[in-house]
Amino acid sequence: MATAVNDESGAKTARTRTRGLAVERNRARRVIKCVTISRSQEDLFRFWRRLENLPFFARHLISVKETSPTESHWVAKSPAGTTAEWDAVIVKEMQNEYLAWESCPGSEIDNAGSVRFRPAPAKQGTEVMVTLEYIPPVGALGALIARLYGEEPDIQVEEDLARFKAFMETGEIPTTVNQPVGSGARNGRAA
Amino acid sequence: MKALCWHGKRDVRVERVPDPRIINPSDAVLRVTSTAICGSDLHLYNGFIPTLKEGDILGHEFMGEVVDVGRNVKKLAVGDRVVTAFNISCGACWYCQHQNFSLCDNSNPNAVMNANLNGFTTAGLFGYSHLYGGYAGGQAEFVRVPFADIGCLKVPNEVSDEQALFLSDIFPTGYQAAENCEIKPGHVVAVWGCGPVGQFAIRSAFLLGAHKVVAIDCIPERMVMAEQAGAVTISSNENIHEALKEITGGRGPDSCIDAVGMEAHGSMYDQVKHSMRMENDRPVVLRQAMRICRKGGTLSIPGVYSGFIDKIPFGVAFAKGLTIRMGQTSVQRYMRPLLDRVQRGEIDPSFIITHRIPLANADEAYGTFLRKENGCIKVVLKPDAPPLPKPELEAPARAGLGREPFAAPRSKRLQPR
Repeated sequence: MATAVNDESGAKTARTRTRGLAVERNRARRVIKCVTISRSQEDLFRFWRRLENLPFFARHLISVKETSPTESHWVAKSPAGTTAEWDAVIVKEMQNEYLAWESCPGSEIDNAGSVRFRPAPAKQGTEVMVTLEYIPPVGALGALIARLYGEEPDIQVEEDLARFKAFMETGEIPTTVNQPVGSGARNGRAA
Repeated sequence: MKALCWHGKRDVRVERVPDPRIINPSDAVLRVTSTAICGSDLHLYNGFIPTLKEGDILGHEFMGEVVDVGRNVKKLAVGDRVVTAFNISCGACWYCQHQNFSLCDNSNPNAVMNANLNGFTTAGLFGYSHLYGGYAGGQAEFVRVPFADIGCLKVPNEVSDEQALFLSDIFPTGYQAAENCEIKPGHVVAVWGCGPVGQFAIRSAFLLGAHKVVAIDCIPERMVMAEQAGAVTISSNENIHEALKEITGGRGPDSCIDAVGMEAHGSMYDQVKHSMRMENDRPVVLRQAMRICRKGGTLSIPGVYSGFIDKIPFGVAFAKGLTIRMGQTSVQRYMRPLLDRVQRGEIDPSFIITHRIPLANADEAYGTFLRKENGCIKVVLKPDAPPLPKPELEAPARAGLGREPFAAPRSKRLQPR
């Protein structure tokens, strides 16, 4: 998994945006992560296009409900522990290759995302690149608090993608939650 | 159930903990019938591996009977007798598909934490640090095995527990170390460290056609065991370079195996830096092997290293065009072919066992193994054996083979059996 520097499709998303982030572009944050998954573009796109699947591997999402072929309602855990909700709309879709969405005007958390699928060389599967842009919930202080609680978006997206890959390749997400442990173990220690 | 839990440096305890259960669909749960203490468990015991947590159940060498399977388990059924690889591997990712099971992408729940250190994560491990997932280990009455179809090998009835158990780690680890040497006719292989991995590396080198194997250690009973396999032995207190030149007609060994790893003795410089945590590892053997190895030879490293090392003569390795091969063993690649070798009678891995101890006494067994007391080379723990009662523990000791490598108070309680 790596952070890409240049992302043509992601950059295009940012440029074509006319609402939301444009208002406060100087505060916008951007995370780009890549992973190669041993599954076809078609399989990965199909799973991701059903946005209601995203909370399965994206831990900060509580639910996504599709309200029309292009519109959806998202509920997420905010870093401070409360929930945040917004409506989003798919702004660009290229079958099996590319999907981009952004929050509707007036959203609690102004954000946009895209995912690109392209074949990896030598039948190594599919290269997946995810780009997320957002305005931090409570300004710079919000990002600081987020970091204190270990919910830095950068790491969060990397972990989400690792879980997406594990699920698509093996049908499950590795875990040790609820395994036995001896005395003296601290609460919340299981990863 | 009873399990051996880590509580801090040289503090492990046998405790009552909840039984494991199926969590993911590819899991199996085993009733452990035999489990062993590995040299790498001593790195944990000595506190040299970070990100262990209090209460963690140790143990990555175990076998047992399947008592429960998840809905995606296809190859195993309740009642099967199996031995389990120490690394947890998904079987589906690119690395597993290319037989590099120890480099699995998908088995470490703490993949991002590991990747922050290593660049990319490697496979999850049983009973090791949380950097490798923090999976509960098998020094217990029961253990949960994720991706059980990939990690478990069925053991035929005619192969005993003691013959099959070491397919979990040290036999494949010694074998991979020898295989990495790419042994050709006439080759001389030098093996540093005659602990369990070294012993299996010596025997594997012969199985793979080595002309001669030279074993280096300082503990008499280990050197005797190496000689029993046909190796020539050199004491690590001798001038190893000169001795190896004599043995190899002045050429040097064609390949060198470092089966010692990060806790090598013999360098005050490294012992001090290591104890002050200014160096992760004590690479005494690596330095020697780089100088002593034949030009164009191979350095194979099964011994565990965990971080940064000092004063490695990299220019020597470069000048002589050495090949360096290393890494955790892809155990799953070797289990089946090595079981075949056991069944054909080419090797009986039970030769390595010196101590058979009830799991209930495992805490004491760690001390015995660490201090190499009473000729201790390999400890097998039996979960179903009744605890040794106090009077028996304090009975007069039988004559041990041992010498005293540490100035620690010597226990005569756990004798070879």
